[in-house]
Parts: sequence; C-alpha cells; structure tokens
Amino acid sequence: MVSVLVFAAISLVTLGGAIAVVTNKNVLHSAYFLVLAFVGVASVYVLLEAPFIAVIQVLIYIGAIAILIIFAIMLTRRLMSKDLEERNQQWIWAALGALLLFGVLGWLVYSANWPVSEIAVPKEQITLMGEELLSTYVVPFEIASVLLLAALVGSILIGREKDQESRSAE
Amino acid sequence: MADLINLIENWLEKLMLGWGASQELTLFILQALGSVLVVIICFVIVIALIWVERKLAGRIQDRFGPNRAGPFGIFQSFADIIKIFTKEYITPEGAEKGFYNVAPVLAIASVLAIWAVFPFAINVLGADIHVGVLYIVAVGSFGILAILMAGWSSNNRYSLLGASRSVAMLISYEIPMVVSLLVPVLLAHSMKLSDIISAQHPWWNLIVAPLAALVFLISSMAEIGKAPFDLLEAESELVAGYHTEYSGMKFGMFYVAEFLHQYTGGALITIFFLGGWGGPLAVQWPILGFIYFHFKTFLVYLVISWIRLSLPRIRIDAMLNLNWKFLIPVSFINLIAVAIADRVMLEFSVDKWIYVGIMFGLNIFILLVSLFLAGKASPEVERETFPANRPVAVPPGAESK
Amino acid sequence: MSIPLSWFLVLAAALFSIGLYGVLSRRNAIGILMGIELMLNAVNINLVAFWRYIDPIKMTGQIFTIFVFTVAAAEVAVGLALVIAIYRNRDTVVVEEIDLLKE
Repeated sequence: MVSVLVFAAISLVTLGGAIAVVTNKNVLHSAYFLVLAFVGVASVYVLLEAPFIAVIQVLIYIGAIAILIIFAIMLTRRLMSKDLEERNQQWIWAALGALLLFGVLGWLVYSANWPVSEIAVPKEQITLMGEELLSTYVVPFEIASVLLLAALVGSILIGREKDQESRSAE
Repeated sequence: MADLINLIENWLEKLMLGWGASQELTLFILQALGSVLVVIICFVIVIALIWVERKLAGRIQDRFGPNRAGPFGIFQSFADIIKIFTKEYITPEGAEKGFYNVAPVLAIASVLAIWAVFPFAINVLGADIHVGVLYIVAVGSFGILAILMAGWSSNNRYSLLGASRSVAMLISYEIPMVVSLLVPVLLAHSMKLSDIISAQHPWWNLIVAPLAALVFLISSMAEIGKAPFDLLEAESELVAGYHTEYSGMKFGMFYVAEFLHQYTGGALITIFFLGGWGGPLAVQWPILGFIYFHFKTFLVYLVISWIRLSLPRIRIDAMLNLNWKFLIPVSFINLIAVAIADRVMLEFSVDKWIYVGIMFGLNIFILLVSLFLAGKASPEVERETFPANRPVAVPPGAESK
Repeated sequence: MSIPLSWFLVLAAALFSIGLYGVLSRRNAIGILMGIELMLNAVNINLVAFWRYIDPIKMTGQIFTIFVFTVAAAEVAVGLALVIAIYRNRDTVVVEEIDLLKE
C-alpha cells in the first residue's frame, strides 16, 4: 500500500514536471522544471533498487546537463519579450500524435504478458557492473570514451569565438 | 554510557513498541527523529562556528574580535541572528518571485543532505548506501543550481555576472575533487563510507595518499568558496555576487549554508583522509568515536580558516588555469599511479609497512615532479627593481631630501 | 503489494510522449533539446525496469543505461555548442527563422 502511494507521488512529480517543461512560455522556467523531472526519474530508479543509476542520474543530468542547458539559455536570450509565442503552428497535430502514441504504447505495454521473474536484486551491484564493463562490454566502453573525447573537442571548436580567423586557419 | 546514542535509541524503540505502534512506524519515526537531530546539531554548530571564525580572524589580523556581547563576545552570534530575523525582506522589482525565494532554501538543503551519509561512530550512521561517495558529489551539485537560480532571478546584472563566474569555477573544480576522491575509494575497494573508514584502521589515508589529500583540500576550498577562491562573493568586485539582492533571513540562509559547507568540507576530509571516527578506544566506546569525528572536523575547519585569512584572492583566469592545467593532470596521474602500485603490490602481497612507505614515496615523487614541471612552464617574470633613492613619504616638518 | 512491471512501462511511455510533444511543438531550439532529454530519460526508465523485473543478476540493463547517459551528455554538449554558434551568426534561436542556409 505504501509503495503504491510512493509510486503515485513520484509519477505525479515526474509527469507534472515534464508537462511543465513542454508547455511553459518562459524557456528558463522550463529548464527549472526539467530539473524537477530529472529528480523524479532519479526517484524512480531508487524505487527500482538501482541506487548507482539513481546517483549517476543526479550527477550527470542535474549536475552537468541541466546546468549546461541553463547556461546556454542565459547566453542566447534576446530581448525579454513576454509575448513570444512558444508553440508553433502545428501544435495541435503534435499533441494528437503524442496522445495517439501514448495510447497505443500504453495499451500494448499494459496488456502484454511479461516474463517477470522473482529473482532478488544482487547486493554488490557495483562490483558486478565493473566486472562486466571491463570483460563483456569492454569494446563499447572504449568507444564511449572516444565518443566523449570527440564531443569535447567538437563542442569547444564549434562554440569558439570566430574573431581570430587568420590565426585559427594556420 | 559508552554507547549513549544507541542506548537512547533502543529505549525509545521499546517505548514506542510498548505503546502499540507497528515495527515500520517505529522505524520511520526513529529515523525522522534522527535526521531532525542531525539538522539541529548542524545549526547549533554553525552558531558556534561563526563566533570562532570572527574571533580567529580578529586575532590573526592583530585585533580583538567581537568582545562586547558577553564575555569574549560569545553572544555575538545570537545578536547577529536576532538582527537578521528582524530585517525587512526587500524583493527587487522584476525578480521572479518563486525561484527567487526557492534559491536560498535549495542552497542550504543541498549542504544538509550531505550529512545523511556520514558515519559518526561505528554503529551510528544515517544511511549506509553502497554508493556513498557518488551521493556526496551528486548532492553537492544541487548547490550550483541554487546559485544559478539566485543569480538570474535577482534581475540584477551584477548578480548574474557573479553567478556565472561562480558556476564556471564550481563546475571546473568538481573534476579534481571527484578524481582525488577516487583514490580513497580505490584503497578501500568500496564506495561505502563505513568501509573507507574501516580501511584506514592502522594507517590513515593522509599518510598513504597525501597528494590526493592535498588536491582534495584545494578543490574543496574552491567548492566551498573560501579564499583564496572566494570570488563567489568578491565584495570589492561585484557588490556581493549572487546574493546581492537578498536581505534578512534569506541572506542568513546563504550565510549559514556557506559556514555549514565549510564544516561539511572539513567532515569530508576527516572521513576520507583522517580516519573518520577512528582513534584510541573508538571501537569499544562509540561515544568516543563521535567526539573524535567532531574534533578532527573542527581541526580541519580551523586549517581552512587559517588559509583563508592568510591569502589574497586569485584572479579568475589564474584560478581556472590552476585547475585545468595543474590540478586535473596531477589528480589523474595520481589516480593511475596509485592504481598500478596498489595492484602490483597486491600481486606480491607485501608487508603493510612497505606498502605505506612505497605509496607515500610515490605521492611525494609525483608532487615534486609536477611542481618542478609547473615551475618550468611558467614564464620568468621580470621583477621590477627599485632605485636606491626612491621617493619616501616624509612626515611634515622633517627635512625633505 | 509490490508494483507490477507494466506500471513503470506506462510511466515511461507517458514521459516519452510528453517529450515527443515537446520536440514537435516548441519554437526555441533549446526547448526542443529539452524534449529530447525527456525522451532519453523515458528510455532509461524502461531499461532499468526491465533489468529489475526480468533478469537482475546480469547487469546488462544498467550498463546499457550508462551508455545512454554517456551518449546523451555528448549530444547535449555538441547540440548546445551548435545552438550558441547559430545564435552568434543569426541572432535568433527560434527554429522557424533558421530556415535558409544563407540569409
């Protein structure tokens, strides 16, 4: 009974935050509600007994990505025009499409017969994950580090000021 | 008497079970009571710390500290609290009301949430989660969000400038902090804080990994925002940075959050590098562990205050250079070297004495090499030499040369 | 009473649809990026829910989630760098006004 209440509260926070993200006129307020949605998702991970993923979610999404998004919003504000319409012309069709997708997906997922098993969650998750990352999944692990290096170099190059063109061409 | 805290807890539990409460409700109430107690202890400690800081600052700067409000000025903090409570809340026009009010609460909440995982003694812990170290870093990043929120919603360009600079510094210094935190995790083979303290039983991590302790101390001081990294509130540059537009208790919350963060930084250094609650007889008498923990934390707090009161503020580009070009390479090389050394010595199963000696030597070697390279890399500065008869201020009436 | 798996999957489906609505109907480029982040979070909830309820011993679900985190972080970094570069050139981040290669 308590777990149902907790799940209901967490889903309310997550979905409420998400709806506030996509319907708010002020894009900075959307970013703050995005942080709320991320906190809700981290709580879902805690409910699913995956504490490592929950903490990594807070660390990466809230501690890095949300701050990056807020910085980018602060750097790209034009005038603080209050009458800037935030929805484009096809928002009705977008809403209908999203609702249809949710209906189909939700019904499919709710009525499917999943092979749920009652195995208990292992205690030493980090040790197991470390062993698997370095033995079974070592190739994606290394490729992920190369991807991060490429993203790092790429974003610095793209975001650089272009007032030293003659020097940067050498 | 030796196990005072658990004694009180067992007595309360029996009392509640005797009244007919279920087991889960008892557990819930006891844990809620424990967290409220930790919060109250934190606030009481901050009141004492403000007085200590001001007295210490006064003495280091060769003046008396506060000495009017009570003997040795010990009631000065209470006078400050009463003053802050009675000040008017001036909200700037055009500030975004909701977020403007939430920011100080978020700042203090992110610092208090770190206290949930601290082990105060061998059997007095809040939450002994398996990912304790990562939890500390993750919750600390909420404070950064609070600064951004405060800076933007004040509708003041100095606040925004101060907030952007502070956030740039804070997210940069998270990297050497996390990487140097990984060294105690490596040495203890676990991320649980109680395991890290148990692994420091014969030899503290300060001796086995001194370079990591130094890097963690420097990056902690940058994260807290204490000088020489205190451009978060550079009074002479930016009015007051991101908390310019806050008055009354809202400013009080930022102020308390800053002192509590300094004490929390001291607690982190104690847990990871100074052996936590360890000390003579701490295992048999847990109340001694509690006392040792706070004593060591207070010592580290005094060291941080001492450094703060002796050094001037670094310029922001020099500070970012220090981080990206010195601290990050040093912390990475330290981590790799400690990892390799630990694994190799595990293979050969060396003695504890030789292990500690080799680790200590390795750390000092890396520190000396990196300082030497950093010295080579910085350009030679032409020092201005003064001529022999430089103009000197003469008192009126004396002969002028 | 424990929570059945399908509830978590429905929550993830709802989050995904909300993110999709955000991507398709916002005019601000950063708003669209926020919708994409919501969709990625929904996928992560699915992965962890399946890991927990079907086979918790092999950590495949959690490892996949970590890779999704990595890719999302890389994508947000490069995407925001692009948005800032476009803002410097065109002085706008409204995607309806960035519709010609040469203005």
